Amino acid sequence: MDQLQFLTWVRGPGLNLALLVFVLGVLWRLIEIYGLGRKTDLSAPRHVPGASGWATIARRSLPAPGLLKSSPVTYIGGYIFHVGLAVVVFLFAPHVALVDALVGVTWPALPSQVIDFATVVTMVAMVAVLVDRHVKWAKRFLSTFGDWFAWLLTFLPLLTGWLAVQHLLLPYTLMLALHILSVELLLVCLPFTKLFHAFTSFGSRWFNGTMNGHKGVPV
Amino acid sequence: MSASLDKGVRVLKEMIDAPIASYFSSCVHCGICAEACLFYTETSDPKFTPIHKVEPMRRIWQQEYTLLGRLAKLVGLAKPVTDEELGKWKELVYDSCTFCGRCSAVCPVGNDIVYMVRKMREGMSAAGHAPEGLKGAVTRTINIGSPMGVKLPAVKAQMKHVEADYGIPIPLDQEGAEYLVTLSSMEIINFPEYLGAIAKIMRHVGKTWTLSSEAFEATNAGMQIGNSDLARVIVARVVAGAEKLKVKTVISPECGHAYTALRWEGANLIGRPFTFKVQHIVEVLDEFRAAGLLKTEGMETDRLSFHDPCQLARRGGVIQPQRNLMKMVAKEFVEMPEAGYMNWCCGGGGGASSIEEGEYLRIEAFQVKKRQLDAVKPDRLVTACANCRIVLEEGLEHYKMNLPVVGLTETIAEHIPDPE
Repeated sequence: MDQLQFLTWVRGPGLNLALLVFVLGVLWRLIEIYGLGRKTDLSAPRHVPGASGWATIARRSLPAPGLLKSSPVTYIGGYIFHVGLAVVVFLFAPHVALVDALVGVTWPALPSQVIDFATVVTMVAMVAVLVDRHVKWAKRFLSTFGDWFAWLLTFLPLLTGWLAVQHLLLPYTLMLALHILSVELLLVCLPFTKLFHAFTSFGSRWFNGTMNGHKGVPV
Repeated sequence: MSASLDKGVRVLKEMIDAPIASYFSSCVHCGICAEACLFYTETSDPKFTPIHKVEPMRRIWQQEYTLLGRLAKLVGLAKPVTDEELGKWKELVYDSCTFCGRCSAVCPVGNDIVYMVRKMREGMSAAGHAPEGLKGAVTRTINIGSPMGVKLPAVKAQMKHVEADYGIPIPLDQEGAEYLVTLSSMEIINFPEYLGAIAKIMRHVGKTWTLSSEAFEATNAGMQIGNSDLARVIVARVVAGAEKLKVKTVISPECGHAYTALRWEGANLIGRPFTFKVQHIVEVLDEFRAAGLLKTEGMETDRLSFHDPCQLARRGGVIQPQRNLMKMVAKEFVEMPEAGYMNWCCGGGGGASSIEEGEYLRIEAFQVKKRQLDAVKPDRLVTACANCRIVLEEGLEHYKMNLPVVGLTETIAEHIPDPE
């Protein structure tokens, strides 16, 4: 298989396979988790404005009082790399074109210099949170192989994408193929790793918000 | 696998529901819950990171309820939960968790970690790994009627003393009274002024109330140890007493977890909604105030601060009423940093105060309370939980801080004018 054949495979059968595993995996995991259900709360509710699952989904995007100071890298690094990822994934012209080709939906993209900058900033933020995971006691203590692996899964598409656009290290065709392959790896693994929080954190916030909201506590 | 471990694992499996599965799936190991936990911040020991306290339950979830986990178990790659492991986890699930809920309030992905620890305790107690102190409290509650071994004659003796001291009759088993007043053992034994204060306030506002000979104890060690079967037996006594006397409202005493047990867990434990209302005494007093029934005279002139019991405020939704009441009687009311919703625990909630071997941890954890107090330097500290009060007094004594701790109800009662 030469470089072009490799690229053709990752763009065609590879992508289809990855998308299939991703979609089925996500559905399976959602059913596996939310299918367990929960008991109805029989205690008399207390109604307080802002105490609801939906409010908590929004509210938990902001740091709890005082914690920005104790976990600055987690919060600031976390914001930067999440927003950065969203910008790079959804607002880079070739990505927009890909979505258009796949499902026929399109939206305006950002200039490539902006994406370039966003990619570098995102990668720097990711390195910062990685270092923080190593130096911060509680974080390091909690860390398992899954945490380092999930980091790598997220970092590789950024790095290979950036290298491909910059024409660095490897021939463009090969680097682009590696970039797409790394995205496919991410798609396949996402439902079965901690990266699945991309879906469940909304459900978790909602449960916490609803169950405490029942008590009249806006959490 | 031993019989008790088998039972514990089975119970843990039964405990896992959609919220638990969602919480485990969402955790990204960011460690922010650690920064919210007084047992971590005051010891810097990472094993006290809240989400780590439910690690055995996470593995059971993974091995029983996820595709990959089940596959791993099938081919022998999963690490089973052992008796020894649960034994080691006792310190994490009981001694170093007070159900204070700060972790649940800060988790960025929204995990309610206290909800998880509460369920984890069900498995721990089924597996025989609950602390002796709590086991004793539950046994005494089931067999005698109260965690401190208080029986009805002791309550009656206390009633007599209070009647003599205050000159107000204490009603017992009065059918049709509006309020059923319940107590915590701590109030019966250590703080009889609570009952006197209630008598004085109820006479002042002109409300009918009663104690019950079968439902005087409001605390629930069954909930603290994590045994819903026993918690149900205990809460059912209050339900039976309230229904027999046909009261409209049951008043939970100055006790945080009794409020959670009655107000939020009670109906779920007995499996049907209550036919009566449950209110914490602080809510009732604030209602009297709002209705213009509660009229105090004079003010406390020293500097007062208020310690929010976790189960009342963060886990119970009662934050403003106590402040309204404080302002009625305190000329100088100062708030500690992070008071209210994010207040720091006394260190002994959720049954932790009855665990002897956890004392060193409580003393360590109290340093955060000390910092909060040092920041505003009150002359007296007011609270609305007899357990907080005892734990605070122990901590204050250890750190040689001269700060009296008083109950809010008695503080209010001192400002009730004598009848003409």
